[in-house]
Amino acid sequence: MAHVATDRIEPFDVVVVGAGVVGSAVARLLSHYDLTIALVEAGPDVGTGTSKANTAILHTGFDAPPGSVEARLVARGYALLRDYAPTVGISIEQTGAVLVAWDDEQASTLTTLRNKAQANGYMSAEIIDPVEVYALESHLGPGVTGGMVVPDEHLIDPWSTPIAFATEAVANGCVLLTNAQVVACDSGDEITMLHIVDGRRIAARFVVNAAGLHGDTLHRMFGLDGYTIRPRRGELIVFDKLARPLLQRTILPVPTAHTKGVLVAPTVFGNVMLGPTADDIDDRTATGSTRDGLDGLLAKGRRIIPALIDEEVTAVYAGLRAATEHSDYQVSDDAALRYVGLGGIRSTGLTASMALAEEALARLQSIGLTVVDRETIVSIGLQPLGEATLRPYQTGGRIVCHCERVTADEITAACAAAVPARDFDGLRRRTRALAGRCQGFYCLAEVCALTGWPVDR
Amino acid sequence: MNLADRTVIVVGGGPSGLSAAATMRNAGIGRVVVVERERQAGGIPRHTDHLGFAIRDLRRVMSGPRYASRLVDIAARSGVELLTETTVTDVSGTGVTLADGTAIHADSVVLATGVRERPRAARLVPGDRPAGVFTTGSIQQLTALHHRQVGRRAVIVGAEHVSFSAMSTLRHGGCETAAMVTSLPRHQTYAVLRMATATRYRVPIHTEVDVAEIVGRRRVEAVILTDGSRITCDTVVFTGDWIPDHELARRCGTGMDRVSRSPAISASFETSRPGVFAIGNLVHPAETADLCALDGRVVAPSVARWLMGGLWPHAVAPLAVEPPIVWAAPTAVGVTLRVAEFVTGRLQASVNETPVWTQRRQRFVPNRAIHISQTVPVGASLSLVRGR
Repeated sequence: MAHVATDRIEPFDVVVVGAGVVGSAVARLLSHYDLTIALVEAGPDVGTGTSKANTAILHTGFDAPPGSVEARLVARGYALLRDYAPTVGISIEQTGAVLVAWDDEQASTLTTLRNKAQANGYMSAEIIDPVEVYALESHLGPGVTGGMVVPDEHLIDPWSTPIAFATEAVANGCVLLTNAQVVACDSGDEITMLHIVDGRRIAARFVVNAAGLHGDTLHRMFGLDGYTIRPRRGELIVFDKLARPLLQRTILPVPTAHTKGVLVAPTVFGNVMLGPTADDIDDRTATGSTRDGLDGLLAKGRRIIPALIDEEVTAVYAGLRAATEHSDYQVSDDAALRYVGLGGIRSTGLTASMALAEEALARLQSIGLTVVDRETIVSIGLQPLGEATLRPYQTGGRIVCHCERVTADEITAACAAAVPARDFDGLRRRTRALAGRCQGFYCLAEVCALTGWPVDR
Repeated sequence: MNLADRTVIVVGGGPSGLSAAATMRNAGIGRVVVVERERQAGGIPRHTDHLGFAIRDLRRVMSGPRYASRLVDIAARSGVELLTETTVTDVSGTGVTLADGTAIHADSVVLATGVRERPRAARLVPGDRPAGVFTTGSIQQLTALHHRQVGRRAVIVGAEHVSFSAMSTLRHGGCETAAMVTSLPRHQTYAVLRMATATRYRVPIHTEVDVAEIVGRRRVEAVILTDGSRITCDTVVFTGDWIPDHELARRCGTGMDRVSRSPAISASFETSRPGVFAIGNLVHPAETADLCALDGRVVAPSVARWLMGGLWPHAVAPLAVEPPIVWAAPTAVGVTLRVAEFVTGRLQASVNETPVWTQRRQRFVPNRAIHISQTVPVGASLSLVRGR
């Protein structure tokens, strides 16, 4: 990873603030042009904020509010990411989804939802009766009153996505700075000076705000206003791989204005995910799980797929979505400040990321950035982590993490990558080591020995 | 029909698997292969660095690591083929599939995949997800095999035998134990062990509480208990709460005990899948290593009988139990069971609600192995008649 050890007063053409899935996608796209780019991240790694804990679904956008920025960018991002993912080793799987109604009121909204899907340009959603729902998903609990099939919903590896974007950006000359929280900025006539938490400074001609949960803070540093982030906490329970045969596709609830609701979905890694909750909270760092949240999820899960609750839990996550007082994304630009803001991006940001990058580029150009194609664009490839493709252990590697069948070579490679794992969380996201059912009972000591890291790294 | 022409694969090279393999070779079975996924065979005792092993099977007292290597030696000298760093991904009555797709044919398969402790996530303990949260198994390996510092001040979740073993491991690694926490009214180990810790190390046991929350962003800072108390610590060790490594058993479709989550077995360790046997802590989570080794010795003649054309039992079901008994399973020396609470009473076996035998009154302790040597007739149900 390239580092800027001291002040860099020579300005970057564009500094992207926030290396979540959105910021990394922006940096990747900009790196295809003859520009100097920096991707500046407050956390220790790429994808450690909102991008870290989501439902790992590539959405068609069938249920987005028609005419919204979100609807447009999700639909566009869906197509872009679906095509891009297989070329760089991001695992995706087209399982489709079935949206399930559990009472008459919910059943009566299915037609509205289908019409909404069609208004969004998605024509393949189909309403089915309860008998057909149970024929598709035989383990659903009693009481289904109707359903709607959405055959084009995909599962995606949510952790490899920002890592792939950032890796490609770095391969094409982008400078990635981690542990580099922006604490202040001075906007001059031609140069914006960003002040980093440890006293470093970084100069930019143009700034893209992809700061996720802290997007409004950065927005205000530029003297702008218009939205305030109130984090929405989502807790997720990941069940053991032995639960995977209980469902064929993603089981969606009927969404409300507040949230898409609690879904049950397979993951590309072969687990089953239940969640998320939706709690509006004030603390932007409160990524802990709660008793009420977990109990509530289990109660909902028991209704959706009763047998799921008998299976072992492998992991519990809680993440914060960058919700605002507005229902739509807060995308803006300011020519005088040479600033593009990508704010209020909630759970659909993973799907929309590549479209948000296009949006950012278009807005940068509209406020004066000129871009010239780079002569050669370096392509990258990650080791796919999904179960649907061949994994290294199947061709003879020495397995260290038995639950997820991660080989020693994969762990070593992740630590030596262009955007390397620097701690156990980073290693989990890049290889799945320690992310399995034993949570380190068998392999923690061996992984410590391989990486040379202390146990609390 | 000649045993010398037959092949048996044992999945798992811990005490039960190694002992089964050695005994089967000594019984004349031609080829016995133990498949072990770790670098070294020996199982959990490899990193259980204290005395108390080998008592019932080898009739002596050894440390865990010495016991593990002794079992490996015995198997090797019996002509057992040992494949280490080799992972089995699927099992049937006619062989196994390895991680690289290689199929090995066998005339019978013995599952001896062992047991692990439920980690924090599986227990749904809320809170932050900082570093410093372990199981006994991981801290034993970190300290015994890799000489790593685990932490400075720990809270141990659980107060059964293994919890006290975890305390000893932590102490050897320079980590003090701030407290033990159990949801039960009392500790569940031997009084003498508890006395030793109470007087020498002054470790308080918080009873009838659970961990309500783990606090700490990067490293554990404290745990909050369900009674509202807060204990400052940098380490939390989740002990016991055993879950068998049953994934291969379930993937091959053996009937399961819903409570212990072990494959159901007959008294001769047959699962519901013809040709597939299951032994050790996979079927009774968890017993001491020497009893697992005895399972291995006892399964050998069962396997030989099957290889010589013996019949497979028609129906293999878990032993039926009534609360407060949580589960019961066959072992090499009878039946072992667990109870959910501290209770005094008499154990009774009934067939069609008619008592077959009733034991003398005794005191039962949860999370502690309760062994019965009386025969439990097929179809019997075990219950506990309360009363002093």
